[in-house]
Amino acid sequence: MKIKTEAGERHVLAITVDNEAGVLAKITGLFTARGYNIESLTVADISSDHALSRITIVTNGPPPVIDQIIAQLDRLVPVHRVIDLADGGAHVEREIALVKVAGTGDKRIEALRMADVFRAKVVDTTLTSFIFEITGNSDKVDRFIALMRECGLVEVGRTGVVAIGRGSEAL
Amino acid sequence: MTEMSGADMVVQALVDLGVDTVFGYPGGAVLPIYDALFNHPTIQHVLVRHEQAATHAAEGYARSTGKPGVVLVTSGPGATNAVTGITDALLDSIPMVVLTGQVSTALIGTDAFQECDTVGITRHCTKHNYLVMDPDRLGPILHEAFHIATHGRPGPVVIDIPKNVQVATGEYVVPEKIQHKSYRPQVEPDADAISQAIDMIAAAERPIFYTGGGVINAGPDASAALRQLVSLTGAPITSTLMGLGAFPADDPKWLGMLGMHGTYESNMAMNRADLIIAVGARFDDRVTGRLDAFAPEAKKIHIDIDRSSINKIVPVDLAIVGDAGRALDALIAAWADKGHRARDLGEWWRRVDGWRATRCLDFPEKKDAGADIMPQRAVKALFDATRGRDPIITTEVGQHQMWAAQHFGFSAPNRWLTSGGLGTMGYGFPAAVGAQIAHPNRLVICIAGEASLQMNIQEMGTVSQYRLPVKIFILNNEWMGMVRQWQELTYESRYSNSYSDSLPDFVKLAAAYGWTGLRIDTLGELEDGIKTMIETPGPVIVDCRVAKLANCFPMIPSGAAHTDMILQPSDVTGTMDDEAKALV
Ligand SMILES: Cc1ncc(C[n+]2csc(CCOP(=O)(O)OP(=O)(O)O)c2C)c(N)n1
Ligand SMILES: [Mg+2]
Repeated sequence: MKIKTEAGERHVLAITVDNEAGVLAKITGLFTARGYNIESLTVADISSDHALSRITIVTNGPPPVIDQIIAQLDRLVPVHRVIDLADGGAHVEREIALVKVAGTGDKRIEALRMADVFRAKVVDTTLTSFIFEITGNSDKVDRFIALMRECGLVEVGRTGVVAIGRGSEAL
Repeated sequence: MTEMSGADMVVQALVDLGVDTVFGYPGGAVLPIYDALFNHPTIQHVLVRHEQAATHAAEGYARSTGKPGVVLVTSGPGATNAVTGITDALLDSIPMVVLTGQVSTALIGTDAFQECDTVGITRHCTKHNYLVMDPDRLGPILHEAFHIATHGRPGPVVIDIPKNVQVATGEYVVPEKIQHKSYRPQVEPDADAISQAIDMIAAAERPIFYTGGGVINAGPDASAALRQLVSLTGAPITSTLMGLGAFPADDPKWLGMLGMHGTYESNMAMNRADLIIAVGARFDDRVTGRLDAFAPEAKKIHIDIDRSSINKIVPVDLAIVGDAGRALDALIAAWADKGHRARDLGEWWRRVDGWRATRCLDFPEKKDAGADIMPQRAVKALFDATRGRDPIITTEVGQHQMWAAQHFGFSAPNRWLTSGGLGTMGYGFPAAVGAQIAHPNRLVICIAGEASLQMNIQEMGTVSQYRLPVKIFILNNEWMGMVRQWQELTYESRYSNSYSDSLPDFVKLAAAYGWTGLRIDTLGELEDGIKTMIETPGPVIVDCRVAKLANCFPMIPSGAAHTDMILQPSDVTGTMDDEAKALV
């Protein structure tokens, strides 16, 4: 007997929560316990009194599962609001990657040229390495990292996605 | 506002919240609270013999009264022992507040003696939990915890209190009105949805009500409203295991329980209905059977207080988020406002009556006095003997539980206490203890299996200590009958580890604890035995020997559709494919 899995679609959820101990564990635990996917997760406190945090989760699942995820998140006591950014029309997504490339000669020059094309900034350099900072949507970051593999990539750190809806309305 | 110790605040908050009973077990990390409870004038502490039993007793108390159950246990093993009951309460939506002691704040995270990460362990088996690091927060947190446990979909809330927080002093603050920052469950149903729903109900040709534990949780008024709405519409009604009692079993519109061990008529009616009105029920896999064959012809209206229950398993046509009682009241009002009249459902009832004619709950039995007692007969005899006494019935988990659900008729809510969602063996006896504490003068009977009972049998001591007249009626088949039945049906009768070997002599055990013990061996002894049990003051254990190999029918095998019920032993093949075996 084979275990079946279903194809899904990518959704970006913005969740406002009480900034209290354990809330992140509660949310990630809900995903693991119910078998939902997390592609990326970012969290930071967003209010002046440090009372609220915003969690951005990129997840993947068929539409009914996405609805369930939202309903399940919504009923957690410390959760204030859950927004599916795909629902509200257009939104902006960004992530930052720090990309370390080591090498000399042509590879080093090529890396620098690619960084320029991608508008990645050099934030640290030695004679044999660069650290680039690149900002953009996940696709762009992916493509840049893929190119850097050819140019001596040694290490990558990524923030995961933050996202916000376009226009004047607030969440 | 007054300065007092954390422990005194806890007790003061319990008093202010109207708590009269706490089920618990002491230990190092809760000694300050135990000291504050010493000789307390209004709060009775019930000392159990195992923390799991404290949680089930609290559930029994809660389910039989509608009030939250309260538990007090120590850190480490006290807290971990409570986890099963906490999870049970989560799955069955039982309001419960569990206070756990914790090591002092400075020791947290050091693997201190009897330290465990209680909030971590209980994070996903509670509705919410707290670790209180500051005594000033105790008042607000306790009040908020009771609010959360009892509002919206009820559930268990854990409050973990380090020992130094219990000892330190602070200000006891009572919040004026609990308006949680983020937790605001929707109780009032949407008026448009109600209006649509009532039109659908009025127009349906083959409607059926499918109700669950949510109606019980919504209080006795919700059960009354349900009766009224059913009678207005003339539709048949079935319910889940958890919903028994919300609608009287002797009403002609009652089809019995549905699902895996439900009646043929209720499952067939669900399958052929053109409208299902689900009220406070959650389309559990035990109820739906094979999903792609579930109620194929029906539009579905789903009333539930928990939005995440809606469309979780079965997509519905109309969702109504809100309290079951309010929604039923609103439907009744809308029925009158719109001048709806009950349709002629004669044709539908004729079909239902046709399914009823299979008499699916009948069972073969010999009638002579020396015959083996069929377990179903024992339940029926118990039901007959307790009619008019309004008993509270609890069960353990297994065949006996299903037979009780099938053959004991309930006519009011809060009389039927069983572990549905988690199916916890060891629930029934402590739940009976909790119910008896709440209703000292009522007849409380635990219908038990001999295997389940042994999971919390130590509570016989608790019963003796508090002089509770709890009755335990064991349907003793010498097997983990439900496991044996599945092995017979699915694994060609290879009875791997399902025999109840080395059973105690329950009559002698009763004597050892100062109870009355009785044994019933044959059909001829059944009625008198039950009568003696009921009439004997104080706690009684009845070892009722029943036919050992009886199976619980009807049954929808796992993975089968409502229409594929096994009605009798001769329908059984004894094997199952892997697909079906993979389903529990
Ligand atoms: C704590 C726990 N462990 C295991 C099970 C699995 N289980 C379900 S029914 C059952 C047998 C119950 O036997 P008994 O109490 O004698 O009841 P019977 O089925 O014979 O009426 C078992 C082991 C369970 N439900 N709960
Ligand atoms: Mg048994």
